[in-house]
Amino acid sequence: MTLDDRILSDEGLAPRGEGRLRLIACGALAHEILALKRANGWDHLDLQCLPAKLHLRPEKIVEAVEAAVRAAGGAQVFVVYADCGTGGALQQKCKELGVEMVEGPHCYSFFEGNAAFAAHAEDEFTAFYLTDFLVRQFDAFVWRPMGLDRHPELRDMYFGHYTKLVYQAQTEDPALDAKAQDCAARLGLAYERRFTGYGDLTDALRTAAGS
Amino acid sequence: MADDEEIILSELSDEDLVLQMHDDLYDGMKDEIEEAVNILIERGWTPYDILTKALVAGMTIVGNDFRDGILFVPEVLLAANAMKSGMVILKPLLVETGAPRMGKMVIGTVKGDIHDIGKNLVAMMMEGAGFEVVDLGINNAVEKYLEALETEKPDILGMSALLTTTMPYMKVVIDTLKEKGIRDDYIVLVGGAPLNDEFGRAIGADAYCRDAAVAVETAKVHVARRHNRMSA
Repeated sequence: MTLDDRILSDEGLAPRGEGRLRLIACGALAHEILALKRANGWDHLDLQCLPAKLHLRPEKIVEAVEAAVRAAGGAQVFVVYADCGTGGALQQKCKELGVEMVEGPHCYSFFEGNAAFAAHAEDEFTAFYLTDFLVRQFDAFVWRPMGLDRHPELRDMYFGHYTKLVYQAQTEDPALDAKAQDCAARLGLAYERRFTGYGDLTDALRTAAGS
Repeated sequence: MADDEEIILSELSDEDLVLQMHDDLYDGMKDEIEEAVNILIERGWTPYDILTKALVAGMTIVGNDFRDGILFVPEVLLAANAMKSGMVILKPLLVETGAPRMGKMVIGTVKGDIHDIGKNLVAMMMEGAGFEVVDLGINNAVEKYLEALETEKPDILGMSALLTTTMPYMKVVIDTLKEKGIRDDYIVLVGGAPLNDEFGRAIGADAYCRDAAVAVETAKVHVARRHNRMSA
């Protein structure tokens, strides 16, 4: 299956309607979930993605996930979102709906491993994180929504207190590394590449797939 | 075509100039705001009237349209920059000429949080509404808040957080105030994108303020209530 990042951002991905476990996921995780599915032979997982752009208005994530769970019509569901800026509201909703979700505050945390991320959180709160998806979609998720294409003079109002950009790489890809470096330069930040692989996402999906 | 005609600010009547300033603030036109502020000063307007009738009123329109989803963060930042440039001219004049003082606020983002756009907007609008604001900046530990409360003796403590991971720190600060028996000496207002009324109540704040305009109105109500209680 070929995935189009623009479609994953704006529209998401419809389920195929087969497989006994429906994954309701953020569009920003589609590549990684399908890679894990292929690698582990989890053919019974049916991936549905909500538009990744919901992250620009996190308050809309809860209602979108709820609608998708209800539309699944009683199929077994696992929600592939972390808290993602919902302030605990997504976890509360999943509990009400009787479905499980990924642990952690956001994908930067579970890609690195929630425990490892929490361990350095106090020392690294001036870091701005990008994942593979966000490096590819930097203009759509960072540059344009912040108005930096039209008003570059706003850059330091947004990023003046950040010190570095950390590219959490899920895959080994020199082209993405170069692009991430360019993103850091555009934001006026130091650059660090940190290979994370899929982190806690692997175990979360393994548990869901085996349940 | 009429739309292409250049507007000469100095040729507008006071009423039209103030309306034009609202438009220019909305469009984030910093230079035009500075020029208009200087024109009104030359015409004998008091700095306080320029601040409230032109700048604060204009910024309130911006705030309302942000709340209603018509404007977005970049436009609000441009408008705030324009207002700030007007306030730079007015501030020293306000000190000289005097203006009603509504109260004093200490404000800062909590420990581990460097996101200060919302906090800066609140500080600016509070100043515009006549509050004296002591801005502690970003990443404030409880000790920093306590020190500022001790030295500044404000009416209001404002705390801001953008992250769900940092917002619980507000409770740490409020609990410390309770332990020290000074919680009720201050009005505690909290704000930030992931917060809500329920969170504000749960941590023991006096109010959650969803935006800068609400913060100003909430501060006025609580300060007035406090003064009434003290004079009763």
